[in-house]
Amino acid sequence: MILLQVIVGGLLLGAVYALLSSGLTLIWGMMNFINFAHGEFVMIGMYVAFVIVVALGVGPSIFGLAAAIGLFILGVAIYFALIRAVMRGPILAQILSTFGLALLLRYTAFWIFSPNFVTLPQSSLTGTINLGGILLNVAQLVAGVVAAALTLALHLLLTRTAVGSQLLAVAADRQAAMLMGIRPDRMQALAWGLSAASAGIAGALMAISYPFSPAVGETFALTAFVVVTLGGFGSVPGALLAGLLVGLIQALSAYYFGPVYKDVIVYGLFVALLWLRPQGLLGTA
Amino acid sequence: MRWGLLALTLAFLAYPLILTNPFYQDAGALVLLAAISASAWNIVGGYAGQISVGHAMFYGAGAYLPLLLYQHWHLPPLLGVPLAIAVSLGLALVVGFPTFRLQGHYFSMATLAVAELIRIVVSNWELLGAAIGLQGPAVSPNWWDLTFRSAVPYYYIFLAVLALLLAVTWYMEQSRLGYCLRAIRAGERAAKSLGVPVRRYKLYALMLSAAFTSLAGSLYAFKTGFVDPDSGLGILVSVQMIIVAALGGTGTLVGPLLGAVILVPLQTATNTWFGGGGAGLTFIVYGGIIVLIARFEPGGLMELWHRLTAPRTRRSPAPRHAA
Repeated sequence: MILLQVIVGGLLLGAVYALLSSGLTLIWGMMNFINFAHGEFVMIGMYVAFVIVVALGVGPSIFGLAAAIGLFILGVAIYFALIRAVMRGPILAQILSTFGLALLLRYTAFWIFSPNFVTLPQSSLTGTINLGGILLNVAQLVAGVVAAALTLALHLLLTRTAVGSQLLAVAADRQAAMLMGIRPDRMQALAWGLSAASAGIAGALMAISYPFSPAVGETFALTAFVVVTLGGFGSVPGALLAGLLVGLIQALSAYYFGPVYKDVIVYGLFVALLWLRPQGLLGTA
Repeated sequence: MRWGLLALTLAFLAYPLILTNPFYQDAGALVLLAAISASAWNIVGGYAGQISVGHAMFYGAGAYLPLLLYQHWHLPPLLGVPLAIAVSLGLALVVGFPTFRLQGHYFSMATLAVAELIRIVVSNWELLGAAIGLQGPAVSPNWWDLTFRSAVPYYYIFLAVLALLLAVTWYMEQSRLGYCLRAIRAGERAAKSLGVPVRRYKLYALMLSAAFTSLAGSLYAFKTGFVDPDSGLGILVSVQMIIVAALGGTGTLVGPLLGAVILVPLQTATNTWFGGGGAGLTFIVYGGIIVLIARFEPGGLMELWHRLTAPRTRRSPAPRHAA
């Protein structure tokens, strides 16, 4: 029974990983660009939730929305201020720009909030429910379900709407998209906004039930790299599947080997994956 | 050019004899150490254009193994140096072999993941001192323990290693390997179509870089006589190599040395002014500098210098990468 509970808990956290990774995979698939500061977007989402709860005492629906809007604006701003200029430059500039940004954001947060772990003050999502003998934390259940729903929504946005088609058109062929009257700049800015917003919501969702510090971003960035590589280049459904799998693997390795090694095993999995199947589980070629 | 080189060499040789204050001698040794690790990073990050953000794994191997041999088995720490280089070459293969057939991003991500993995494992491994770290020998009469009270012997050892590394890099620049690496950096597909064994040469560059980075880590351990997960394997170790090389100019022979000469004294000065509280601030400033270099001057100071001093007729338009 404990094992079953570990599995369900892992899957619920995995859904949140799926949401934050789908933001990374969107940028990767569209612009062939890796955002090393993606984990810091998650961290900022957590602190947006923290500041709003402390200042206003509102519930998760409000601070979740605030994290989404705040991070969307941040993502668009970073695109125009930095990414647009470096994305056609040498790969050195591409990698260093977001790597430097990650340091800048992480240690600015260190400076403002101190390196200590914090938790959100009491939330409306407390208590546990008993689901056929499995005890589920309400906050984790809500986070997992909302994250899975938003990941699916992002997938539907990309595949079923006009805006999604325009985004994918720019991803497929920038020149051809321009000839069709799509402004690639706008679409790429939108992608950065969506990517950062999904990371921000994922951060706000995790902030409800987990303690966090300014340094958590690196772990989330690495977890997202594993998920995106496992799920395959630019694929949101792949990220969903891989996110659930990584959450499950983490929960099981924490259960069997101790919490210290849960990240070690996931990073080890990443290296093994690069050796064996770099195109991901669902990918081809 | 030749006279400039001679003057530079003489200046470096004479530095600790002219500035006899131990503070300046120590700072000089630190500049040379930073120049060594950044020049080592530069071989794969600059010449081959494969950006490692986890070189701390090689540096850490170099710093930990000599002290491990000494602390647990009382063997001369010097024996740990070749051992650490062997371990680093193994790590280079683990990271480079799978990722060098893929796009450049995969290599960067893998270096970050493996460095972090090693840092977590070492931080929890009792044999390696866990979170506390390892201690080296106290000052001893055996010269092969390489423990000196003064910074001056370290200064000259570091200077000799730096000279060797720059000579190797210079030789590589002129060799087939150097030309092929620059071709790979300029366009991997084009290089491959011309018959450059891309994956193998990238691997050679990484292994050469890893060996010298490991040596830099060992030199650090000899000088401080102490290593812990933060000072040996922390992210600042990797960041420092990147920022020193990128500021001076990646893919150039003297760029990393230039970066070290500018950055390390600044860092020493800020640490002195702000005391211990300056560490977090250092990261903020470093992050900002890295972003600015990437955004405005990816070639670093060397390229800026070349552009400003180039004859007006040959001056190319400023490389604006904006759309």
